[in-house]
Amino acid sequence: MSLTASDLGVVTASFLASGVELVEALTIVLAMGVARSWRAALWGTAAAVVALTVITVALGTVVGTSVSRSALQLVVGTLLLIFGLQWLRKAILRSAGLKALHDEDATFAEEQAAARAAGHELRYGLDWYAFVISFKGVFLEGLEVVFIVVTFGASAHSIPLAAGGAAAAGVVVLVVGAVVHRPLAAVPENTLKYVVGLLLSTFGVFWVVEGLGTFAPGGGSLGWPGGDLALPVLLATWLGASQLAIGTLRRTRPPVTT
Amino acid sequence: MIRAVRTFAAFWFDFVVGDDWRIAAGVVGLVAAAAVIVHLAVVRAGIVAAGVALAVVVLVLAAIVSDARRAPR
Repeated sequence: MSLTASDLGVVTASFLASGVELVEALTIVLAMGVARSWRAALWGTAAAVVALTVITVALGTVVGTSVSRSALQLVVGTLLLIFGLQWLRKAILRSAGLKALHDEDATFAEEQAAARAAGHELRYGLDWYAFVISFKGVFLEGLEVVFIVVTFGASAHSIPLAAGGAAAAGVVVLVVGAVVHRPLAAVPENTLKYVVGLLLSTFGVFWVVEGLGTFAPGGGSLGWPGGDLALPVLLATWLGASQLAIGTLRRTRPPVTT
Repeated sequence: MIRAVRTFAAFWFDFVVGDDWRIAAGVVGLVAAAAVIVHLAVVRAGIVAAGVALAVVVLVLAAIVSDARRAPR
Protein backbone atom coordinates (compact mmCIF):
# COMPACT_ATOMS: atom_id res chain seq x y z
CA MET A 1 0.00 0.00 0.00
CA SER A 2 1.43 3.39 -0.96
CA LEU A 3 0.65 6.63 0.84
CA THR A 4 -0.60 9.62 -1.14
CA ALA A 5 0.39 13.20 -0.28
CA SER A 6 -3.01 13.57 1.40
CA ASP A 7 -2.50 10.40 3.49
CA LEU A 8 0.95 11.55 4.53
CA GLY A 9 -0.49 14.91 5.61
CA VAL A 10 -3.22 13.19 7.65
CA VAL A 11 -0.74 10.92 9.48
CA THR A 12 1.77 13.73 10.08
CA ALA A 13 -0.82 16.21 11.36
CA SER A 14 -2.42 13.60 13.64
CA PHE A 15 0.94 12.43 14.99
CA LEU A 16 2.26 15.94 15.70
CA ALA A 17 -1.00 17.38 17.07
CA SER A 18 -1.46 14.36 19.29
CA GLY A 19 2.16 14.45 20.44
CA VAL A 20 2.05 18.13 21.41
CA GLU A 21 -1.23 17.81 23.32
CA LEU A 22 -0.12 14.62 25.09
CA VAL A 23 3.14 16.24 26.22
CA GLU A 24 1.01 18.92 27.92
CA ALA A 25 -1.32 16.32 29.44
CA LEU A 26 1.67 14.29 30.67
CA THR A 27 3.01 17.34 32.54
CA ILE A 28 -0.25 17.68 34.49
CA VAL A 29 -0.52 13.96 35.30
CA LEU A 30 3.13 13.84 36.41
CA ALA A 31 2.62 16.87 38.67
CA MET A 32 -0.44 15.25 40.29
CA GLY A 33 1.33 11.92 40.65
CA VAL A 34 4.46 13.38 42.22
CA ALA A 35 2.76 15.95 44.46
CA ARG A 36 -0.42 14.07 45.44
CA SER A 37 -1.23 10.50 44.47
CA TRP A 38 -0.15 8.32 41.56
CA ARG A 39 -3.22 6.11 42.04
CA ALA A 40 -5.65 9.03 41.72
CA ALA A 41 -3.69 10.59 38.83
CA LEU A 42 -3.73 7.33 36.87
CA TRP A 43 -7.44 6.70 37.58
CA GLY A 44 -8.17 10.25 36.38
CA THR A 45 -6.18 9.58 33.23
CA ALA A 46 -7.97 6.27 32.62
CA ALA A 47 -11.40 7.88 33.12
CA ALA A 48 -10.51 10.62 30.62
CA VAL A 49 -9.30 8.07 28.06
CA VAL A 50 -12.62 6.18 28.40
CA ALA A 51 -14.61 9.43 27.96
CA LEU A 52 -12.53 10.38 24.91
CA THR A 53 -13.03 6.92 23.40
CA VAL A 54 -16.81 7.24 23.76
CA ILE A 55 -16.74 10.70 22.14
CA THR A 56 -14.50 9.44 19.32
CA VAL A 57 -16.83 6.55 18.50
CA ALA A 58 -19.95 8.76 18.69
CA LEU A 59 -18.43 11.61 16.66
CA GLY A 60 -16.90 9.21 14.12
CA THR A 61 -20.25 7.50 13.58
CA VAL A 62 -22.15 10.77 13.12
CA VAL A 63 -19.54 12.35 10.85
CA GLY A 64 -19.08 9.21 8.80
CA THR A 65 -22.71 8.44 8.06
CA SER A 66 -24.97 11.46 8.31
CA VAL A 67 -23.80 14.03 5.81
CA SER A 68 -22.84 14.27 2.14
CA ARG A 69 -19.15 14.40 1.22
CA SER A 70 -19.16 18.04 0.09
CA ALA A 71 -21.13 19.22 3.14
CA LEU A 72 -18.73 17.30 5.38
CA GLN A 73 -15.75 18.87 3.62
CA LEU A 74 -17.23 22.34 4.08
CA VAL A 75 -17.98 21.96 7.80
CA VAL A 76 -14.77 20.11 8.61
CA GLY A 77 -12.68 22.44 6.44
CA THR A 78 -14.14 25.51 8.15
CA LEU A 79 -13.50 24.11 11.64
CA LEU A 80 -10.00 22.90 10.77
CA LEU A 81 -9.23 26.29 9.27
CA ILE A 82 -10.35 28.09 12.43
CA PHE A 83 -8.28 25.66 14.53
CA GLY A 84 -5.27 25.76 12.23
CA LEU A 85 -5.17 29.55 11.94
CA GLN A 86 -5.24 29.86 15.75
CA TRP A 87 -2.32 27.43 16.09
CA LEU A 88 -0.46 29.21 13.28
CA ARG A 89 -1.11 32.70 14.65
CA LYS A 90 0.21 31.78 18.11
CA ALA A 91 3.21 29.93 16.66
CA ILE A 92 4.12 32.95 14.48
CA LEU A 93 3.80 35.34 17.43
CA ARG A 94 5.95 33.00 19.58
CA SER A 95 8.58 32.58 16.84
CA ALA A 96 8.72 36.36 16.43
CA GLY A 97 9.23 36.76 20.19
CA LEU A 98 5.90 38.55 20.73
CA LYS A 99 4.38 35.79 22.85
CA ALA A 100 6.07 33.81 25.60
CA LEU A 101 7.04 30.23 24.73
CA HIS A 102 5.23 27.40 26.48
CA ASP A 103 7.45 26.13 29.30
CA GLU A 104 6.65 22.60 30.49
CA ASP A 105 9.01 22.89 33.49
CA ALA A 106 7.26 26.08 34.63
CA THR A 107 3.83 24.50 34.15
CA PHE A 108 4.99 21.44 36.10
CA ALA A 109 6.21 23.63 38.97
CA GLU A 110 2.96 25.65 39.01
CA GLU A 111 0.78 22.53 38.97
CA GLN A 112 2.86 20.97 41.76
CA ALA A 113 2.62 24.11 43.90
CA ALA A 114 -1.15 24.30 43.40
CA ALA A 115 -1.48 20.57 44.18
CA ARG A 116 0.46 20.89 47.44
CA ALA A 117 -1.59 23.94 48.50
CA ALA A 118 -4.97 22.33 47.78
CA GLY A 119 -6.95 20.66 50.56
CA HIS A 120 -7.28 16.88 50.90
CA GLU A 121 -10.63 15.34 50.09
CA LEU A 122 -11.10 11.61 49.71
CA ARG A 123 -13.86 10.31 47.40
CA TYR A 124 -14.32 6.69 46.29
CA GLY A 125 -11.00 6.01 48.02
CA LEU A 126 -9.15 8.46 45.76
CA ASP A 127 -7.43 11.80 46.30
CA TRP A 128 -10.19 13.78 44.59
CA TYR A 129 -8.07 16.80 43.64
CA ALA A 130 -5.48 14.67 41.84
CA PHE A 131 -8.20 12.65 40.14
CA VAL A 132 -10.15 15.69 38.87
CA ILE A 133 -7.12 17.68 37.71
CA SER A 134 -5.66 14.65 35.90
CA PHE A 135 -9.04 13.90 34.31
CA LYS A 136 -9.50 17.50 33.16
CA GLY A 137 -5.95 17.78 31.86
CA VAL A 138 -6.08 14.60 29.79
CA PHE A 139 -9.68 15.16 28.65
CA LEU A 140 -9.24 18.76 27.50
CA GLU A 141 -5.91 18.14 25.75
CA GLY A 142 -7.27 14.91 24.26
CA LEU A 143 -10.47 16.48 22.98
CA GLU A 144 -8.53 18.57 20.50
CA VAL A 145 -6.73 15.44 19.30
CA VAL A 146 -10.05 13.58 18.92
CA PHE A 147 -11.49 16.46 16.94
CA ILE A 148 -8.51 16.61 14.59
CA VAL A 149 -8.33 12.82 14.14
CA VAL A 150 -12.05 12.36 13.44
CA THR A 151 -12.53 15.35 11.16
CA PHE A 152 -9.25 14.91 9.32
CA GLY A 153 -9.75 11.18 8.95
CA ALA A 154 -13.36 11.44 7.79
CA SER A 155 -12.65 14.10 5.18
CA ALA A 156 -9.68 12.20 3.79
CA HIS A 157 -11.47 8.84 4.14
CA SER A 158 -8.56 7.77 6.36
CA ILE A 159 -9.83 7.56 9.94
CA PRO A 160 -7.60 4.48 10.61
CA LEU A 161 -4.54 6.39 9.32
CA ALA A 162 -5.36 9.46 11.41
CA ALA A 163 -6.04 7.31 14.49
CA GLY A 164 -2.81 5.39 13.84
CA GLY A 165 -0.80 8.62 13.75
CA ALA A 166 -2.36 9.81 17.02
CA ALA A 167 -1.89 6.41 18.70
CA ALA A 168 1.77 6.28 17.64
CA ALA A 169 2.32 9.70 19.22
CA GLY A 170 0.56 8.48 22.37
CA VAL A 171 2.89 5.48 22.62
CA VAL A 172 6.00 7.62 22.05
CA VAL A 173 5.00 10.23 24.69
CA LEU A 174 3.98 7.57 27.23
CA VAL A 175 7.17 5.52 26.79
CA VAL A 176 9.45 8.58 26.93
CA GLY A 177 7.47 10.02 29.87
CA ALA A 178 7.70 6.72 31.77
CA VAL A 179 11.44 6.47 31.12
CA VAL A 180 12.48 10.04 31.97
CA HIS A 181 9.79 10.49 34.65
CA ARG A 182 9.73 14.27 34.28
CA PRO A 183 8.07 16.85 31.97
CA LEU A 184 9.21 16.65 28.36
CA ALA A 185 10.49 20.22 28.34
CA ALA A 186 13.01 19.51 25.58
CA VAL A 187 10.26 18.84 23.02
CA PRO A 188 10.22 21.78 20.57
CA GLU A 189 6.54 22.48 21.19
CA ASN A 190 6.34 25.73 19.26
CA THR A 191 7.93 24.22 16.16
CA LEU A 192 5.55 21.26 16.30
CA LYS A 193 2.56 23.57 16.79
CA TYR A 194 3.77 25.66 13.86
CA VAL A 195 3.92 22.58 11.61
CA VAL A 196 0.48 21.40 12.78
CA GLY A 197 -0.90 24.91 12.17
CA LEU A 198 0.53 24.85 8.63
CA LEU A 199 -0.99 21.43 7.90
CA LEU A 200 -4.41 22.21 9.40
CA SER A 201 -4.57 25.51 7.52
CA THR A 202 -3.51 23.81 4.27
CA PHE A 203 -6.09 21.02 4.48
CA GLY A 204 -8.69 23.43 5.90
CA VAL A 205 -8.51 25.72 2.86
CA PHE A 206 -8.41 22.72 0.52
CA TRP A 207 -11.56 21.15 1.96
CA VAL A 208 -13.43 24.44 2.38
CA VAL A 209 -13.06 25.12 -1.33
CA GLU A 210 -14.05 21.56 -2.30
CA GLY A 211 -17.01 21.75 0.11
CA LEU A 212 -18.23 25.01 -1.42
CA GLY A 213 -19.46 22.83 -4.27
CA THR A 214 -22.46 22.15 -2.01
CA PHE A 215 -23.76 25.56 -3.08
CA ALA A 216 -23.00 25.13 -6.78
CA PRO A 217 -26.04 24.69 -9.05
CA GLY A 218 -25.02 21.06 -9.80
CA GLY A 219 -23.88 20.19 -6.24
CA GLY A 220 -20.89 17.92 -5.55
CA SER A 221 -17.35 18.91 -4.59
CA LEU A 222 -15.63 21.86 -6.24
CA GLY A 223 -12.37 20.91 -7.95
CA TRP A 224 -8.97 22.51 -7.36
CA PRO A 225 -6.87 23.25 -10.43
CA GLY A 226 -4.40 20.33 -10.46
CA GLY A 227 -6.42 18.29 -7.97
CA ASP A 228 -4.36 17.03 -4.99
CA LEU A 229 -1.28 18.81 -6.37
CA ALA A 230 -2.83 21.98 -4.96
CA LEU A 231 -1.96 20.70 -1.46
CA PRO A 232 1.84 21.20 -1.68
CA VAL A 233 1.25 24.57 -3.37
CA LEU A 234 -1.03 25.65 -0.50
CA LEU A 235 1.49 24.37 2.06
CA ALA A 236 4.29 26.32 0.37
CA THR A 237 2.08 29.43 0.33
CA TRP A 238 1.39 29.15 4.07
CA LEU A 239 5.06 28.47 4.79
CA GLY A 240 6.17 31.49 2.74
CA ALA A 241 3.54 33.84 4.20
CA SER A 242 4.24 32.76 7.79
CA GLN A 243 8.05 33.04 7.41
CA LEU A 244 7.57 36.48 5.88
CA ALA A 245 5.42 37.48 8.87
CA ILE A 246 7.95 36.11 11.38
CA GLY A 247 10.86 37.85 9.66
CA THR A 248 9.02 41.16 9.41
CA LEU A 249 7.85 41.06 13.04
CA ARG A 250 11.35 40.18 14.29
CA ARG A 251 12.78 43.18 12.45
CA THR A 252 10.12 45.66 13.50
CA ARG A 253 9.08 44.60 17.02
CA PRO A 254 11.18 44.05 20.14
CA PRO A 255 10.67 40.62 21.76
CA VAL A 256 8.39 40.15 24.77
CA THR A 257 10.31 38.73 27.71
CA THR A 258 7.41 37.55 29.92
CA MET B 1 -29.34 24.24 35.30
CA ILE B 2 -28.90 27.56 33.46
CA ARG B 3 -25.41 27.83 34.92
CA ALA B 4 -24.56 24.36 33.64
CA VAL B 5 -25.82 25.23 30.14
CA ARG B 6 -23.82 28.46 30.18
CA THR B 7 -20.68 26.66 31.29
CA PHE B 8 -21.20 24.02 28.59
CA ALA B 9 -21.75 26.68 25.90
CA ALA B 10 -18.77 28.72 27.11
CA PHE B 11 -16.55 25.63 26.99
CA TRP B 12 -17.47 24.81 23.38
CA PHE B 13 -17.21 28.47 22.32
CA ASP B 14 -13.73 28.63 23.80
CA PHE B 15 -12.82 25.25 22.32
CA VAL B 16 -13.88 26.11 18.75
CA VAL B 17 -13.34 29.87 18.56
CA GLY B 18 -10.24 30.07 20.77
CA ASP B 19 -8.80 33.30 22.09
CA ASP B 20 -9.17 35.35 18.90
CA TRP B 21 -12.79 35.51 17.78
CA ARG B 22 -11.84 37.70 14.80
CA ILE B 23 -10.24 34.76 13.01
CA ALA B 24 -13.31 32.54 13.50
CA ALA B 25 -15.65 35.35 12.42
CA GLY B 26 -13.45 36.15 9.43
CA VAL B 27 -13.37 32.53 8.26
CA VAL B 28 -17.14 32.13 8.62
CA GLY B 29 -17.78 35.42 6.79
CA LEU B 30 -15.36 34.46 4.04
CA VAL B 31 -16.96 31.03 3.56
CA ALA B 32 -20.43 32.63 3.45
CA ALA B 33 -19.32 35.14 0.80
CA ALA B 34 -17.65 32.40 -1.25
CA ALA B 35 -20.80 30.25 -0.98
CA VAL B 36 -22.87 33.07 -2.50
CA ILE B 37 -20.36 33.50 -5.33
CA VAL B 38 -20.35 29.76 -6.04
CA HIS B 39 -24.16 29.60 -5.92
CA LEU B 40 -24.47 32.45 -8.41
CA ALA B 41 -21.85 30.74 -10.60
CA VAL B 42 -20.36 34.09 -11.58
CA VAL B 43 -16.72 32.92 -11.60
CA ARG B 44 -14.88 29.68 -12.37
CA ALA B 45 -13.97 27.17 -9.65
CA GLY B 46 -10.24 27.84 -10.01
CA ILE B 47 -10.72 31.54 -9.34
CA VAL B 48 -12.88 30.80 -6.28
CA ALA B 49 -10.15 28.46 -4.97
CA ALA B 50 -7.35 30.98 -5.48
CA GLY B 51 -9.50 33.80 -4.06
CA VAL B 52 -10.41 31.89 -0.90
CA ALA B 53 -6.79 30.81 -0.29
CA LEU B 54 -5.51 34.36 -0.76
CA ALA B 55 -8.25 35.86 1.41
CA VAL B 56 -7.51 33.44 4.27
CA VAL B 57 -3.78 34.26 4.15
CA VAL B 58 -4.61 37.99 4.25
CA LEU B 59 -7.04 37.38 7.13
CA VAL B 60 -4.50 35.66 9.37
CA LEU B 61 -1.73 38.12 8.49
CA ALA B 62 -4.08 41.00 9.39
CA ALA B 63 -4.87 39.36 12.75
CA ILE B 64 -1.14 38.90 13.44
CA VAL B 65 -0.31 42.51 12.54
CA SER B 66 -3.14 43.64 14.84
CA ASP B 67 -1.73 41.44 17.65
CA ALA B 68 1.75 42.84 17.09
CA ARG B 69 0.49 46.43 17.28
CA ARG B 70 -1.21 45.68 20.59
CA ALA B 71 1.84 43.91 22.04
CA PRO B 72 3.77 45.95 24.64
CA ARG B 73 6.82 47.73 23.22
